Amino acid sequence: MKMMNIALPKGRLGDKAYGVLERAGYACPALREDSRQLTFVNEEAGVRYFLVKPADVAIYVERGAADIGIAGKDILLEYAPDVYELLDLNMGRCRMCVAGPKDFDDDHAHTLRVATKFPRIAARHFSARSREIELIHLNGSIELAPVVGLSDVIVDIVETGATLRENGLAVLEEIVPISARLIANKASFKFKREEIRALAERAQESLTAKEKAEVQGK
Amino acid sequence: MTDELRPDERVSVALRRLYRAYGYRPYKVNKFEEYELYMRNKSFLTSEQILAFCDTDGRLMALKPDVTLSVVKNTRDSDGPLKLFYSENVYRVSRAGYGFREIMQTGVELIGPVDDYAMGEVLMLAARSLAAISGEYALDIADLNITEGILSAEPLGDGEKQEILALISQKNLHGLMALYGRLGVSEAARGWLSALITEYGPLRETLPRFEALGLPDACRRGLDDLRAVCGMLEAFGVGRVNLDFSVVNDMNYYNGLVFSGFIDGVASAVLSGGRYDRLMEKMGRTSEAIGFAVYLDQLERFAQKAQEPDADTLLLYDTDDQAQEAARAAQALIARGERVRVQRGAAVGLRCRRVIRMGEGGGEQ
Repeated sequence: MKMMNIALPKGRLGDKAYGVLERAGYACPALREDSRQLTFVNEEAGVRYFLVKPADVAIYVERGAADIGIAGKDILLEYAPDVYELLDLNMGRCRMCVAGPKDFDDDHAHTLRVATKFPRIAARHFSARSREIELIHLNGSIELAPVVGLSDVIVDIVETGATLRENGLAVLEEIVPISARLIANKASFKFKREEIRALAERAQESLTAKEKAEVQGK
Repeated sequence: MTDELRPDERVSVALRRLYRAYGYRPYKVNKFEEYELYMRNKSFLTSEQILAFCDTDGRLMALKPDVTLSVVKNTRDSDGPLKLFYSENVYRVSRAGYGFREIMQTGVELIGPVDDYAMGEVLMLAARSLAAISGEYALDIADLNITEGILSAEPLGDGEKQEILALISQKNLHGLMALYGRLGVSEAARGWLSALITEYGPLRETLPRFEALGLPDACRRGLDDLRAVCGMLEAFGVGRVNLDFSVVNDMNYYNGLVFSGFIDGVASAVLSGGRYDRLMEKMGRTSEAIGFAVYLDQLERFAQKAQEPDADTLLLYDTDDQAQEAARAAQALIARGERVRVQRGAAVGLRCRRVIRMGEGGGEQ
C-alpha cells in the first residue's frame, strides 16, 4: 500500500473533516493531542496528515505535496486550482454573499466599491452582471470597510450573519453556497488510484452513516 | 558522456532518437511570430497573455507561446502527409501568474490523413516519450466525440456545456448532480455523463463498460476510434494507457482523441495532445492532424541527482612562478580522465574530492 499525504485545514473545519476520516478508518490518534507537531503518521492506515492554513490546502494539493486535502469551496472558486474535486463533505456550510448597510440601494450611478478577501469571486460575480466595480482587497475584518466608508459593499463568507448584524450590515445577495470538499492531486490520482478511490468511498459511507444517525436522533 | 546531461537534456536526446526512429523529421520554427496569429486563436493557447514587442519595421511581434500554430501556419496541404517533431522554447505565464517563463517543449505533429495507424502511432510515441522519462507513467486518453455526442442531443447552451465539461475535468460528480437540477438534461444523458466521471481505468478493461452503456449513435465514431486505438496499442506493445474522460481540451480546436501524460513524482501533466482537425479548418486547411507536446521544464525537480563535486582535484597555487607548473599538472591529471580545477590561493565553497597545493609534496612537483 502506498502512503497517502493528506492536507488538513487547521481549525474547526479540519477537526470535523478529520472526524469523518477517523470514522472511515484513517485514524491518527496523535492528531487529537495538543502538540506543536506539523505532521502525523499512521503507518498501518497508510496516511500522513499535515495541518496547514485553510487557504493553503489547495496549493499543497495542486503542487503534489499532498495527495488529497480538505478545502472550502470558497478557496477552490477563488484560486481555481487544477485538482480533482471528489466529494462534497457537506460540512462547514456557509454562503458567499454580497453584504452592505441594511438599507443599501445600488443606484448604478457610480462605480461600486467592493471590499473583499476574494477578489476573483467578487470580480466574476459583478462582471456577470455588467456592474463596474472598484475592488479593494483586504485580508481581514472585511465588515469594517462599509462601516468606516472604505467601501460601499463587501463580498464575504456569511455563516450565521451575527457579525453583519452587530455592525448594522445585512446580506444583499447570495452568490453561491459554500461547503468543504475532498480534493485530490491529478497526478497522485493516477498513481495512487486504488488508495484514493477507497478513501473517497469510505469517507462517503462514513458521512452517510452520520447523516442517518442525525436524522434518527432528531 | 550522458552523465554530463541534465535530466531534461537527457530526455530531450532520447525523445529525438525515438521520433527519428519512426521517420519523423526535425522541424525548426522562428522564435518570433506575428502577434496577430495568436490573437486570432486565443483560446487554443493555455494562457491569453503573450509576450509582445515591436519589430524594427513597426510590426507587432510575439515570442511564441506555442509551436503547433506556427507549424500549421508554415506548412501547406500540398506538402502531402507530414510527420514532424520539434524542440523549442516557448514563452508563457506560469500558472501562479507571476510573470513570463521560458519553457522547453518537445513535440510531435502528424499532419495528413489520421487513420487507425496514425492515431496508434502518435499514441504509442506519447507513451514511449513518457517511458523515456520514467517507467512509472500513465497516459490518459479520452474521445471528445463521445462527450460531444452525449451533449449534442441535449437542449444546452454553450455556457452550460462548458460548465459540464469543467465539472467532468474535475471529476466533480456532486457538482454535476447539483447542475442537473437546474438544467433540462434527459434521464439517459444524466447516466452517461455521470459514467464519464465514475468510469475510468485501463483502456482495455474500461472501454467495454462504455460500449455496454448504450450510448447514442452520435458517439459511435468516438467508440470506433477508441476500439481501433486499443488494438493498435496492443500491436505496438504499449501498456499503461487509461481511459479517463477528465482529459478535456477546448472543443473549438480539438476533436476526437485527446490525451495527457503523467509521471509519478511530478505533480501535473507533463504531456498533452490530441487531434486538432478543427484548428486546421480554422486556419483554412483541409488535412487532418494529431500531435502532442512534452513539457520538459517539469522535469527540473524530477530525478534530481545528489550534487556532484565540482571537480575531482582542486589544484591550488600561490605565486605566478607556479603557473606553468600548475598548467602541466592539470593537463596530466585531465589526460588521466580526472576533472581538475585550478585556482589561486584558498578555495571557498567548492566541493572537490581532493586538494593539492603546488609547492607542497603532493607528488606533482
